[in-house]
This record gives sequence, structure tokens and C-alpha cells, in this order.
Amino acid sequence: MDSLIEWLVSASVIIGGVFALVGSIGLARLPDFYTRLHGPTKATTLGVGGTIVASLLFFSWQERGLQLHEVLITLFLFITAPVSAHMLAKAAMHRQLKRMKGTRGEPWKQ
Amino acid sequence: MKLMYRVLPYPSLSLILWFAWMLLSGFTAGHAVLGAILAVLLPLGTRPFWPNVPRIRNLPRLLGFVMVVLYDIVVANVSVAIKVLGPLRSIRPGFVELPLELEDDFAIALLASTISLTPGTVSADVSPDRRTLLVHGLDVDDAAALVAEIKQRYERPLKEIFEC
Amino acid sequence: MLETALSIALALITLAWVLNLYRLIIGPSLPDRVLALDTMYINSIALIVVYGIQVDSKLYFEAAMLIALIGFVSTVAVAKYVTRGDIIE
Repeated sequence: MDSLIEWLVSASVIIGGVFALVGSIGLARLPDFYTRLHGPTKATTLGVGGTIVASLLFFSWQERGLQLHEVLITLFLFITAPVSAHMLAKAAMHRQLKRMKGTRGEPWKQ
Repeated sequence: MKLMYRVLPYPSLSLILWFAWMLLSGFTAGHAVLGAILAVLLPLGTRPFWPNVPRIRNLPRLLGFVMVVLYDIVVANVSVAIKVLGPLRSIRPGFVELPLELEDDFAIALLASTISLTPGTVSADVSPDRRTLLVHGLDVDDAAALVAEIKQRYERPLKEIFEC
Repeated sequence: MLETALSIALALITLAWVLNLYRLIIGPSLPDRVLALDTMYINSIALIVVYGIQVDSKLYFEAAMLIALIGFVSTVAVAKYVTRGDIIE
């Protein structure tokens, strides 16, 4: 039982780390602002999500009881991340940032 | 019933507040009482900030919706990760206009948040008349298919949940 | 095994942090820099949570929660400032 939980904690913590890294690789590598905006959504959802699941499992196992308060961080991030993405997209459209070649459709005038 | 509505104008908000308080402070009897007091007082105090929040009409549908969104987040994360790590020439980003059927502001905000949470799509703007949502997709093969998928997977359940 | 996994995760998130720093420095536009800062605070939360598991202390939860609260407010404030030139109109 113990080794199973240890295995699960290790797996989710590494999944979290990998997705945080992939999000930042996207942020560093993608060609224009609008595509880069997709990076942090990965880091928020599965990146932090994975580490939170790991923390939840680990402390529930250590304390021998369900520890749920880490869920609040994920919940808060799930509510706030779309808001900040939306604000940043609006800021970018306001500044009329360049789009990469081959982008279809037009951003709206602000 | 009327008295209950006066004391608890937003029952689900009160429940969420109480539960958040319990998670933050630990499940003890004292905190249960303190949390209950806060869960009654806070919605009353912040009432002017909550204009016309629609009531949840279909709770099982809401739970199903949350499950679908969580599943989509995992699947979309993996597919976007592959696109980000692969050759960048093959991705075709695009702005897509999504005509809205939802009429309630709160439901539209939920739809926009859902679209932004699933990787690969970000909702960038909503038109002043609340009829169109501007969505940026990281890799849009077919704009019409993306619109149809969002409508079918997210908008229709929201419409059923709030019946608006 | 858990120790190794935690070290690997810390290394991955730190690497992610360095990439954010790279984007923060090269920009090129102001929204790009704000986005880099936004990603940075989210990765910091992940870093603190993993560190909390490593040292087996629940105290770090409060720190992660505070960073989440402050990070969100500051991103929105800066984004709004970039858009409107004013935070509270």
C-alpha cells in the first residue's frame, strides 16, 4: 500500500513538472504573443494540478486522514487563470501586436 | 421560504464559502460555527456586487459538465504539448468568432473561462452586445469544426444548467 | 524513490523558471513580459508545493496560497494598466 502511494505521488509530481516545463518551452519558443498565451494555461492546469495532487496524496498518507486544503489553490488558479489570460489578450489587441504568418482571422479593434 | 431567501440570498455561494473556510482552517466544531456565520454574513454584505446570478437548475448536469471539462483539460494538454514540442511550421493559429446562444452574463463568463482553461484555445474578447466571442486557437484546422465542438461540448450543457 | 522524483520535479520546474526569465528579458513587447511574469508566479506555486512535500511541512501551503492571491491581482493590475493607462478609472 505504502509503495503504491509513493509511486502515485512520484508519478504526479513528475507529470506536474513536465507540464510546467512544456508550458515554459512554449512561452520561450512560440513565435508570437497570441500563441505564447497558450503556454501558461498548461502550466496552470496540469502543471500546478499535478503537484497539488501529489501534495494531497502525500499529506493524506502522512497524516492518515484526508487533507483537502491544497485543492483551494487549484480551485483559485482555475478561476483566475482565464481572467488574467483574457486581460492579457485584450492588452495585446490594444497594442496591435504582430501576429505570426499564416494566422487566420483578425483580432478585434479595441 | 421568504425568510430563508432573505437570510441566504445565494445558498450555493454560502455553501462554497463555508466549505472553503473549513478547508482553510481544518474540520473542527469551532470552525464549523465560525464558517457558518461568515457564510451567512459575507453574501449579505457583498449582495450589491452580485447582479442577477442565475440559479443552477440542473445539478447532475453541472457535475457531468465539470467531469467533461477536467477530462478535456488532460487530453488537450497532451495534444498541445506535442504541438509545442514539434515543428512550429505545421501549427496554424487563428482567430475564430463564436456566435453565442447564451444570454446570461454569468453563463457567458463561465463559457469563456472554460474555453481558456482547456489548452489550445483562449477566449480573447466578447463583443459589446454579448453576441460573439473571439477565440484564439493555437492550431485551427477547421474553424467551423472548432465552433461546432465548443457549442456541443460546453455551450449546450451550460444552457441546460442555467436554462437561459 | 520519492526523493529522486521530487528532485527531478524541482529541476524541471526550475528549468521552466529559467525559460520564463529568458522570455521576460527578451520581451519583445510589454504584454510578453507580463505574460512571462504571470507564468513565473504560477511555476513558483508549483515549486513551493513540491518543496513542501520534500521537507514534509504543511506551512508552505500558506505561502503558495499567498503567491496565488498576490500574483493574480498584480497580473490583472498590470494588464489593465497596459490596456488603459490607468488601473482604477
